[in-house]
Amino acid sequence: MLAGRAGEAAAMCMRIVTGVARASGAERLQPVVSAHADGCLYHGVAGLDFTERLVELGGKVAVRTTLNVGSLDLLHPGLVRADPTLATNGRRLMDAHVALGCEQTWSCAPYQSGHRPARGAHVAWAESNAITFVNSVLGARSDRYGDFLDIAAAITGRVPYAGLHRDQARRATMVLDFSAVPERVLAHDAAWPAIGAFLGARAGTRVAALTGLPGDLADGGVTEDRLKALGATAASSGGVALFHVVGVTPEAPTLDAVLVPGAPTVSVRAGDLRAARDQLSTATGDRLDAVSLGTPHFSLAEFAALADELLTGPVFCPSVDVYVSTSRGVLALAEQAGYLAPVLASGARILTDTCTYVTPVLSDHVSVAMTNSGKWAWYAPANLGVDTVLGSLRECVASARAGKVVRDDRLWAD
Amino acid sequence: MTDSGQIESGQIESGQIELTGRSLHPGRADAPLIQLEQPLSFWGGVDAAGTVVEARHPQYGIRLAGAVVAMPTGRGSSSSTAVLAELIRAGTAPAGLLLAERDTILVTGALVAAEIYGRWMPIVELSDSDFSRLATGRAVALTAGLAPSPVQVRVDSCTDTPERIRS
Repeated sequence: MLAGRAGEAAAMCMRIVTGVARASGAERLQPVVSAHADGCLYHGVAGLDFTERLVELGGKVAVRTTLNVGSLDLLHPGLVRADPTLATNGRRLMDAHVALGCEQTWSCAPYQSGHRPARGAHVAWAESNAITFVNSVLGARSDRYGDFLDIAAAITGRVPYAGLHRDQARRATMVLDFSAVPERVLAHDAAWPAIGAFLGARAGTRVAALTGLPGDLADGGVTEDRLKALGATAASSGGVALFHVVGVTPEAPTLDAVLVPGAPTVSVRAGDLRAARDQLSTATGDRLDAVSLGTPHFSLAEFAALADELLTGPVFCPSVDVYVSTSRGVLALAEQAGYLAPVLASGARILTDTCTYVTPVLSDHVSVAMTNSGKWAWYAPANLGVDTVLGSLRECVASARAGKVVRDDRLWAD
Repeated sequence: MTDSGQIESGQIESGQIELTGRSLHPGRADAPLIQLEQPLSFWGGVDAAGTVVEARHPQYGIRLAGAVVAMPTGRGSSSSTAVLAELIRAGTAPAGLLLAERDTILVTGALVAAEIYGRWMPIVELSDSDFSRLATGRAVALTAGLAPSPVQVRVDSCTDTPERIRS
């Protein structure tokens, strides 16, 4: 491939893959069965030059490759307030990825839009929440890949055999024990991003085993969406790319199965989770201008839960802009299932193909935004210049209806 | 860029130290040193002019363009690859990076900039103990070959470094 027999694009991509392999000390390359590419979000001319060069050189992906969010909502073009450069170059970058043969999923949750690698499969996924989900919840194997290496891996079908592709790197070196946290607290959906924030702060980039947490990955999506929220927050606040929930996630039927002997245990209390939630809430007072749901992209199960909340009760207060970000694939399913109509009737706006924290969507007047996403709450203050409030889905709905922040803090008591 | 450079033998003046690192990406640098006290994510943490804009960072506002930047690790987003490549394209990137921990995200950005623009920004891994001997205000000269070859890193107390490395 390096010699160019598979084409000039594959040769360039192989130089990049082997360059990273040399730096990471990998002895060999590992074939992958799929890729998820994150380079379709515009960050400047260099990414566009690189991707269009691959297209000019005749590059095509060698394995199934899904695409992360872009800078534009191609289905709802009025929602993103892009300047002319972002509108033009953002679109060219998205088109170049399609020309390379990638699937137009445009989602940070490809695992809920039809692309679920099998347990043990080696994949090359980018986007920190997707990496954490594919490793932890699906038990497939991806190291942390960033822009460029993702598409280089897709075109070559190879990654360095390093990091989380290796058995020994997947074992937990610490335990977080949640058995002292009351069930009532864990039944509150805002507990799960709070667990993620606590995990990210304690683990950094290490692998942790979580004990004392309820869950069943065959329960129709509740546990899966909780772990998605947990992982997305831990990946943003810490750098976590793999965690195990003992008795729940596929590689951890027992603690012994995943733990490095002698690893330390940290006992977690409800107050720790409340403190983690409060760190993700920078706003004080009850002012509210916007609500953002769907980071990572809303699943069908999350649409069902939102529709259920909205079946009875008033529409959203006109002074609060409510956004739901999702993939075009899930949006079509939500419409068929009848979940979309009550969401639209309440006054929410649906955003696909992109996300409210990576591209200009929120109005200039928004200074306080509420979200059920720990990841959104982590990035929004710096990216968008807004203050945040983290709450459960039910608290977000109640607040959007009331036109001010409404949370029930009694739920967090020890 | 396979040559690793030869250090001219000779007397080490007071204030000079020589460290041996490991190449993560080839290139040459001879520039003032800035040591970051905390990890930094290039995505969201560095603007187009090469200035630190991460509000939580203790060195908020410091300009990294043209300096050899020592950072413990490259924390955060995987989109830092694209941000680093864009800084190299625009001429506002650091002259080189010294890391205490290998970081393939930053290496990927540097590899792509080399492929597309022919600009080689060296990245070198140092041991923790060597890393702790660095200090802002000094000058660094290095030539990194192909990873993972050893790299001589010369750190000088004087900010005006004469040519010390010939290839």
